[in-house]
Amino acid sequence: MIDLVWLIPLFPFIGFLINGLGRNFLPKVVIGSIASLAVLASFGVSLGIFFEFNATEPVIINLFDWIKVGGIDIPFSFQIDQLSILMLLIITGIGSLIHIYSVGYMSHDAGFGKFFAYLNLFVFFMLLLVLGSNYVIMFIGWEGVGLCSYLLIGFWYTNANYADAAKKAFIMNRIGDLGFLLGVFLIISTFGSVSFAEIFPKAAGMISGDATLTLITILLFIGAIGKSAQLPLFTWLPDAMAGPTPVSALIHAATMVTAGIYMIARSNILFTLSPVTMSIIAVIGLATAIIAAIIALTQTDIKKVLAYSTVSQLGYMFLGLGVGAYTGAFFHVLTHAFFKALLFLGAGSVIHAMSDEQDMRKMGGLKSKLPITFFTMLMGTLAISGLPPFAGFFSKDEILAHVYEHNKLLWIIGLLGALLTAFYMFRMMFLTFWGSFRGTEEQKHHLHESPISMTLPLIILAVLSVVGGFIGVPEVLGGGHWLSHYLAPVFESSTSKMGELALDHTTEYMLMGISVGGVVLAILYAYIKYIKNNHVPVLDSEPRSALAKISYSKFYFDEFYNAIIQKPLDALSGFFYKVIDKSGIDALVNGLGKGSIEASKTLRLLQTGNVGFYIFAMVIGVIALLLYSFFKF
Amino acid sequence: MDNITSTIQVVPLNHYILLSAIIFSIGVIGVLIRRNAIIIFMCVELMLNAVNLLLVAFSAYSGDASGQVFVFFVMALAAAEVAVGLAIIVMVYRNTSSIDINVLNRLKW
Repeated sequence: MIDLVWLIPLFPFIGFLINGLGRNFLPKVVIGSIASLAVLASFGVSLGIFFEFNATEPVIINLFDWIKVGGIDIPFSFQIDQLSILMLLIITGIGSLIHIYSVGYMSHDAGFGKFFAYLNLFVFFMLLLVLGSNYVIMFIGWEGVGLCSYLLIGFWYTNANYADAAKKAFIMNRIGDLGFLLGVFLIISTFGSVSFAEIFPKAAGMISGDATLTLITILLFIGAIGKSAQLPLFTWLPDAMAGPTPVSALIHAATMVTAGIYMIARSNILFTLSPVTMSIIAVIGLATAIIAAIIALTQTDIKKVLAYSTVSQLGYMFLGLGVGAYTGAFFHVLTHAFFKALLFLGAGSVIHAMSDEQDMRKMGGLKSKLPITFFTMLMGTLAISGLPPFAGFFSKDEILAHVYEHNKLLWIIGLLGALLTAFYMFRMMFLTFWGSFRGTEEQKHHLHESPISMTLPLIILAVLSVVGGFIGVPEVLGGGHWLSHYLAPVFESSTSKMGELALDHTTEYMLMGISVGGVVLAILYAYIKYIKNNHVPVLDSEPRSALAKISYSKFYFDEFYNAIIQKPLDALSGFFYKVIDKSGIDALVNGLGKGSIEASKTLRLLQTGNVGFYIFAMVIGVIALLLYSFFKF
Repeated sequence: MDNITSTIQVVPLNHYILLSAIIFSIGVIGVLIRRNAIIIFMCVELMLNAVNLLLVAFSAYSGDASGQVFVFFVMALAAAEVAVGLAIIVMVYRNTSSIDINVLNRLKW
């Protein structure tokens, strides 16, 4: 089965080719089934590999020699180990659920075939990213998912705002990609190779705090900042909600944005040996987590709330990576993929029922109209809030426990972020599903539960959100932490350098107690505010308090970037256009043209048409030549 | 062959040079000041033959036959040139009823 790993990316690619070429004449049923079956087939193969694989060393499948130049040898090969297998399961498993969901969600869209072609292409590149056995193949996948993200955000490209959001995502990702690429170059010049299997053993022998390693890891982390939407490059992710909702669920919540975390977890030994980078990652992750959570408090667009929540959760994952909790961070990737995909798909179902209305101020009371959506989303919300025994509790708690051991101040801020998460998620739930309906009569008339192809993925994901955490129940709660044992070979060299988590059980119980108690209080506060007092966020035109205004305006990040980057850049471009281009280069080229026209106006008069004159000129010329050669020699 | 070269060498070399210079100048001046196309043509022939004369004289004096071979080439070329040139002049006459080159002044700026 492991030898068949090349089939995994091949299926979605074939799906992409068929759907891409046949998008205009294949019937929708065929397109939807091909796309979903392609990903399901990959899921099947991944599952087979998951059950068969039991080696402690990564297995490298060599497909063909790719680049062989001088001392550099880059084979096109795939690496199978515990980390890539779990990523394969997430991508193909959640990917196929979202494909099935999209069949229902996109059924009325004119670009049905195009949508599934892009979606398959995305899955192909994402699989390439996690399967690659070296940084170059990873980079192909890295760029490919960026491209698909751009194409899918701008899927409804006739809307100028959506097209701009797509460009914004693409450009911000480019900044990060440059860092990643430079990091790879530095790796090549330092280690003389790009293969994981060659780099990591060499790196493990280096001393901690090595300057080159620090530089490499910082550059790689810049790549992760762009792809995983961290400060200061996170503003593209909320705008990316312009894309269709299944895209937000698959690309901008479950898979692509976690590529940065996957990359760092994959290169864990490099990062473990660079304490400076680790501190930077922890601080940036925490700052992102808290700032995004604050912004999410006042958003009124249901998808924006989820988008900022994603940014915030990604921040937690980076915080976990930064304190060396690789397993915890990856655990959170896994559980977050379940409940955030669920929440996005649920939001999609709500939007579908509300006739494309996304403003929570116009919703309310949908509980009875959309029972399945409501119940599954409630599971997702409980999971993300971190209440036991839902999935989010275990992963978030593991990260916070590591943070507590690392630094108490970071822990307090992190805990605060967790409370904010619980508050804004329940605010979203209460505003959407409780209370009375606030939309128009027509919308009310149209309210309906979504078709089975949309509710089935919701139910499956809800089950996963509830039980997904049990793969990582910590020892203190009587679990065996299967995930940590499963992933141990991947992080072996790092854990041997850092040591295990050494908290006694009383402290762990205390940490869990504090966070669960805090979360319950936050939910109660949301309940009192939004259900007891029937509070509804004010309209855009009405005044807000200063703090709410800052949060609602997203800390003015976009305005800030406009002022310090876009305006000067515009001015510089204007200068180059008007001064250098118009009056410099254009003037020179036009001057040459005008000069030759003016010169020929006079010179052409020499051509009189008088043959005698021509002969005379010729004789004069011959004489001149004779004189010249005579005097020269 | 000896006979011819010795005959040529009866006249001093300077005289040949002077003669061909005079003929060449007559040719140049004729080309410059005459307007009749046929006369101009003849003047061109004069110039060519002035050069031929010089080539033959030098060839005889330096005992090298290649100069005379060269003359044959020049004469062959001149004959070909005359064929084309006269054809042009005939066509010019048919079209303009004149062989005055100043009539042919329409191709200008």
